[in-house]
Amino acid sequence: MSETLVSMKNISKEFSGNVVLDKVDFNIYKGEIMALLGENGAGKSTLMKILTGVYIKTSGEIYLDGSLVNFNNIKESQNHGIAIIHQELNLIRHLSIAENIFLGREPLKKAKNIDWKKLYADTKVWLDILGIKENPKELIKNISVGKQQLVEIAKALSLDAKIIIMDEPTGALTVSETKRLFEVVRDLKHKGHSIVYISHRLNEIFEICDDVTILRDGQLIAERNIKEVDEEKIIEMMVGRKLSEQYPRVSCIPGEMVLEVKGITNKFVSDVSFEIREGEILGVSGLMGAGRTELARTIYGIYKMDKGEILLDGKKAIIHNSTDALSLGIAYVSEDRKANGIVLGLDVRENITLASLKKFSGKFGNIHFAEEEASAQGYIEDMSVKTNGTKQLVRFLSGGNQQKVSIAKNLNTNPRVLILDEPTRGVDVGAKKEIYELINKFKLEGKGIIMISSEIPEIIGISDRVMVMHEGKVTDIISMEGASQENIMRLAVGKEVDEI
Amino acid sequence: MKMSFNKTSIKEILSKNKPLIVLLLLCLVMSMLNDRFWTWSNIIIVLRQTSINAVIATGMTFAILVGGIDLSVGSVVAICGAIAATLISSGMDTILVVLITLMLGLGIGLVNGVLITKGRLQPFIATLGTMTLLRGLTLLYTQGKPISTTGAVSSQSFSKIGTGYFLTIPIPVYIMIFVFIIAYYILRHLRIGRYIYALGSNEEATMYSGIKTENVKMFVYGSAGLLAALGGIIITARLGSAQPTAGSGYELDAIAAVVLGGTSMAGGVGTIFGTAIGALIIGLLNNALNLLQVPSYFQDVAKGVVILIAVLLDRKQKASR
Repeated sequence: MSETLVSMKNISKEFSGNVVLDKVDFNIYKGEIMALLGENGAGKSTLMKILTGVYIKTSGEIYLDGSLVNFNNIKESQNHGIAIIHQELNLIRHLSIAENIFLGREPLKKAKNIDWKKLYADTKVWLDILGIKENPKELIKNISVGKQQLVEIAKALSLDAKIIIMDEPTGALTVSETKRLFEVVRDLKHKGHSIVYISHRLNEIFEICDDVTILRDGQLIAERNIKEVDEEKIIEMMVGRKLSEQYPRVSCIPGEMVLEVKGITNKFVSDVSFEIREGEILGVSGLMGAGRTELARTIYGIYKMDKGEILLDGKKAIIHNSTDALSLGIAYVSEDRKANGIVLGLDVRENITLASLKKFSGKFGNIHFAEEEASAQGYIEDMSVKTNGTKQLVRFLSGGNQQKVSIAKNLNTNPRVLILDEPTRGVDVGAKKEIYELINKFKLEGKGIIMISSEIPEIIGISDRVMVMHEGKVTDIISMEGASQENIMRLAVGKEVDEI
Repeated sequence: MKMSFNKTSIKEILSKNKPLIVLLLLCLVMSMLNDRFWTWSNIIIVLRQTSINAVIATGMTFAILVGGIDLSVGSVVAICGAIAATLISSGMDTILVVLITLMLGLGIGLVNGVLITKGRLQPFIATLGTMTLLRGLTLLYTQGKPISTTGAVSSQSFSKIGTGYFLTIPIPVYIMIFVFIIAYYILRHLRIGRYIYALGSNEEATMYSGIKTENVKMFVYGSAGLLAALGGIIITARLGSAQPTAGSGYELDAIAAVVLGGTSMAGGVGTIFGTAIGALIIGLLNNALNLLQVPSYFQDVAKGVVILIAVLLDRKQKASR
């Protein structure tokens, strides 16, 4: 093992009493690629934000090249040669490649005006090193996501970064773009750079990483050389428990057909068909960009449908917008809670009744506060939402409780079909289980449930059937007997099970 | 025990209502500087001067609550005043004139609404356009000259709207209070009010909750137009004539009142009570500067300073929360 470049020791981090990291050790070795793995919410990004000075640690020490360091902001960590490339790239789309790479440190002439010639020439040097064949003057919005990723790396290199942290870099890349990225990463490694590689794609880890660190629920589980472990071992360490314990499963006999989707086609999905019965959970799996959320939002009336039809209880449903969908009994719990799931500026009660306020108001639209209050109170108790009361702003609730409010809001519309889009994203482990139990309750009540999730264990643990999507198309719908992490993943990358 | 409880609750009310402190401070300072300040006649003058801005600022509150703005209200005051004066002098009945003028204001507001929802224009841009357009139309229509209502059949009953009294309190003050109460009821007790706050706080989530956000915006800009027309009626009735330049700059006074009242320009946060206080602060300030015989050029400077201080106080408190 080569020399240790960064050593984080006993790092702990609390957010208003919540322990997110608990005495975690993390090492980065010179000229090696360290994989950082863990489920959503395991603390990976918090750890990296502490390393780069975005968050201030509650306790612990960070050593860089053997000396104690303390970064208070990202600028300080940058000056020490640490760069981070986020999943959502931090590039300005309407500026050129060159302007992005040298943003804030453009080469200047004597009169303090920008030396454009030098700017483009310097950019060209970095682009050549990374083998990017683009004009430095090209606008970011005109180049592919793969190249944007490389521009971010060029930016990091130009900042003289010795350590580059890459968070899910291949999430939006095509196969050939990924290959190109790996070449670059290997090349950087050989030039002595150290890389921290965060990814959910285990095969990538085995392809390029030297070591792996695994976190779970804010704790360090293990640091291993990649040769000492296999995929199964890693998953076991990441999940830490048998699937059956984490996922309570209830069975009930499916009832009548509730929802039939026939050949939905638009710019996001093509020819998607499936059906759901009462008391049935259909899991929807797929990689980022597979069109799962877009499919859900098309059914919910947010996106237009070019072809296809939706039948509810055997009758054709005309859905032009979310108002239509809700009144027909289709509800959608959004994956992006803060953007379109809940209204942070309203209180718990106002959020819970937002989609069903008609139910609680009179002829002239006057709200019956007592009924509204009773309904909100009921959901808070039923779902054990942790809140000071119905008048607390949802802004101040934890992620899991906000999610419960978002679900309650949808339930209040009394839906026949409930679409849950990443229902446990950003929710801690304890609250996850509560949400699974709620989903099971809706199942027993006879609702038809669509659950979209990127966490395959969750899909396997909860669903009755799994629909796997790839690039806007359904690759297969499989029953639970045939479902395993592996074959779902294979279908998600677009391969039929038989092909392998 | 009871005393201390009362003390904390008063403290709490004040700390939650910085604008109220500014208002009380202004009153206190004025009562020390000028003994005419606390006279009944002066209080009535302040309230009457406040009323027009208060009515317009109420509509502005709606617009700002949904995260928008309505710059056209001043021009709506002018064109609606001109139309009202023309109709009165043509011999039309007062009630009919008021109704027609209000409908005109509502119509203009709805046009703003359509530009913003269907035309997808920024509220600032859309209403900047209609502001300029309507001001030009008013000048064209009036040929730049005032339209007098004196001598017409219903002239007397019309002028009562601006100059009349009931139980020693001016009619415009009643109108202002009535508008406040209705607006409070809309925002706090009606569904549309809840939707206004939701929309201002998170438009996308509101749309995802099955709420037709375009309709909410139409309601908001329609109301702003309607209330501006009401402001135009009051001022025309009070002066006995419609001035082509009436209402210029009113949009800024209205915005100042709303912001002084603690409403966030980003939308979603604010109350009618706050706007009432904000409008009173501005009315009081105008009155105080006149009473103290501050030269008019200095008046704007003083107003600007007070507005900035009041808003800074409010922001500081919010940031430290």
